[in-house]
Amino acid sequence: MTQSDMPDAQAGPVQVRGTVLTVRRVDAYYAMTLVAPAVAARFRPGQFISLAVGGPDTSMMLSRAFFIHDVRADHGGTVEFVFAARGRGTQWLAERRARDVLDAVGPLGRPFPQPRDPANCLLIGGGYGSAPLFALATRLRERRCEVDFLLGGASGERVFGALTARRTARSATITTEDGSLGSRGLVTDMLDQVIHDGRTDVIYACGPMPMLRQVTVLARRYDIPVQVAAEEAMACGTGVCMTCVLPVIGSDGITRMTRSCVDGPVFRGEQVRWDDIGTIPFDAFGAPGWEPRAHRAQGRAGAAGPAPDGQPHAGDGDATAGGRADGAVTDRIAGNGKPKAVPIGRGRAARRLGHGG
Amino acid sequence: MAVDLRSRLGHVELPNPIMTASGCAGAGRELAQFMDVSRIGAFVTKSVMLGPRSGRPTPRMAETPSGMLNSIGLQGPGVDAFLQRDLPWLLSRGARTVVSIAGSTVAEYADLAARLSDGAGVTAIEVNLSCPNVEHRGQVFAASPEDSAAVIGAVRGQARYDLPVLAKLSPDVTDVAAIAKSCVSAGADGLSMINTALGMVIDTDTMRPQLASMTGGLSGPAIRPIAVRCIWQVREALPGVPIIGMGGVRTGQDALELILAGASMVSVGTTLFHDPSACVRILRELEEELSARGVERLADVIGLAQQPNAVTRTLSPTVRARRI
Repeated sequence: MTQSDMPDAQAGPVQVRGTVLTVRRVDAYYAMTLVAPAVAARFRPGQFISLAVGGPDTSMMLSRAFFIHDVRADHGGTVEFVFAARGRGTQWLAERRARDVLDAVGPLGRPFPQPRDPANCLLIGGGYGSAPLFALATRLRERRCEVDFLLGGASGERVFGALTARRTARSATITTEDGSLGSRGLVTDMLDQVIHDGRTDVIYACGPMPMLRQVTVLARRYDIPVQVAAEEAMACGTGVCMTCVLPVIGSDGITRMTRSCVDGPVFRGEQVRWDDIGTIPFDAFGAPGWEPRAHRAQGRAGAAGPAPDGQPHAGDGDATAGGRADGAVTDRIAGNGKPKAVPIGRGRAARRLGHGG
Repeated sequence: MAVDLRSRLGHVELPNPIMTASGCAGAGRELAQFMDVSRIGAFVTKSVMLGPRSGRPTPRMAETPSGMLNSIGLQGPGVDAFLQRDLPWLLSRGARTVVSIAGSTVAEYADLAARLSDGAGVTAIEVNLSCPNVEHRGQVFAASPEDSAAVIGAVRGQARYDLPVLAKLSPDVTDVAAIAKSCVSAGADGLSMINTALGMVIDTDTMRPQLASMTGGLSGPAIRPIAVRCIWQVREALPGVPIIGMGGVRTGQDALELILAGASMVSVGTTLFHDPSACVRILRELEEELSARGVERLADVIGLAQQPNAVTRTLSPTVRARRI
């Protein structure tokens, strides 16, 4: 549980009955457009929508969450999202047709913070994890930022939005594991070259957890702030079920099991204790044997050593940049113009991409 | 026709019988975005413990046929944070708050009851007995009539005299009525049932249990027949004790089923995960269901399924004629 309060009612999510406008295949994925004016009006890039699946007598009790790809003004306001038909719920969604009505809640979660001043932004997507990055790219360009894309997937048809990225961005680098599109390999293989070429000031990433972890590790070597949109399995999307928690370091330096639906899905990369996902770190707030240590929390900046996993706490050195406010990114950008040439270790990068969702 | 939906929890009268189920509605703020928390009969909080708890590792849930399995591990910030932030907020929104409490020892439950009795805005205390008893080899309190009675007695002793104490019972027992009797003898003013049923899911791809903690609590419509059975048995054994029924309620008709079995109040749980305003919808549907059957007062149908002769007496002449 974090100390954050829920957003106020005006800006918060709404529960609506959305009418399906279109469901279309996009390579290996599906894109659904839903008429939901109230959701579209509140949307900011990085937010997601949660849908009930299976109809009124469904045996599927959990809602399905999807990053919003884009919103448009037509039909009063539409919302588009991208998904892979992998389970019974998403298969049911893929079989919807125009004029079907769905129960939807959104927009949910905290959006991507955006730099106040023009900056070189690198947007990294794995699989259809790239979907939320295109609306972000539009907003960034409106703020006179330069946008570079680095997209990857298992194969060419699993790289969502490659064409749009090439058409709209300053540069678009594509990687596939089978080499069927762009260069063979993982997005993280190309990351240092893209950072050098684009003189990247800030990185945004969305995709599978191993990719987000590796992007965070590499970005930290260049001292580039990275904002990740994490996809953790969730039952509700609204903050009540407590299933989507990640070990996240708060601005006070304390690790909490944090709900990725209401306190995320966007986190600063170095806030997330990637190697501890799937565990309760022993020093997490409320972990077995945990005791309130006020003196430690207050005096930890600089004094506290790194966590056992080797990830520094937010109180240490250069990880202190800002809170979650929109200005956080720009705070980090100052003095970051020249990336330091640091050799990129392979580490545990050899993980498969393109399996987001 | 407007139906009189008022219901009683001990000496406390509630405007209607629909409540949230503990652990499915957070501490109020999350759901308040989608519904008015003062509209429902009472808001039941996620179980509060003395200190902060990080809960269990992920994955914490699995979808099952008409239900879900969860193993959250009572994650929460502890009673101090609850009293500072959540309870005043619920009070400010006009919610009637039932605070669920959980502990590892009898003394922890007693401390919690004492702490909550000081604060304004508590309508009742619900005692979550499905917690491992560290003084009894980790067996859950709810599994033993003696352990349950010890907790309820301690809570009743520490709670303010005018706060109803509700015992939340587990279905994973041989004789739920025996546990219920034991709790009422120890001072429980009402009984909440049922908590989740213990279950397990194995992922056939990884060939391992799907939850990090192996087993979890099963909830959703899959367990509704178990809830109906437990409510029936306890109502039969203790006809005078109010029951808060819960277990897979998705519609007003489901709520009516639990009421007919003997529940005075009905909590909505897992359904909130895909329909955050479900409580208000179910309340409306329940009123429609009662109205359609010619029922003028909710109190007339509580436990009605156990009184075959009363059914015809209660229903209005038109409905009676249709039945005959």
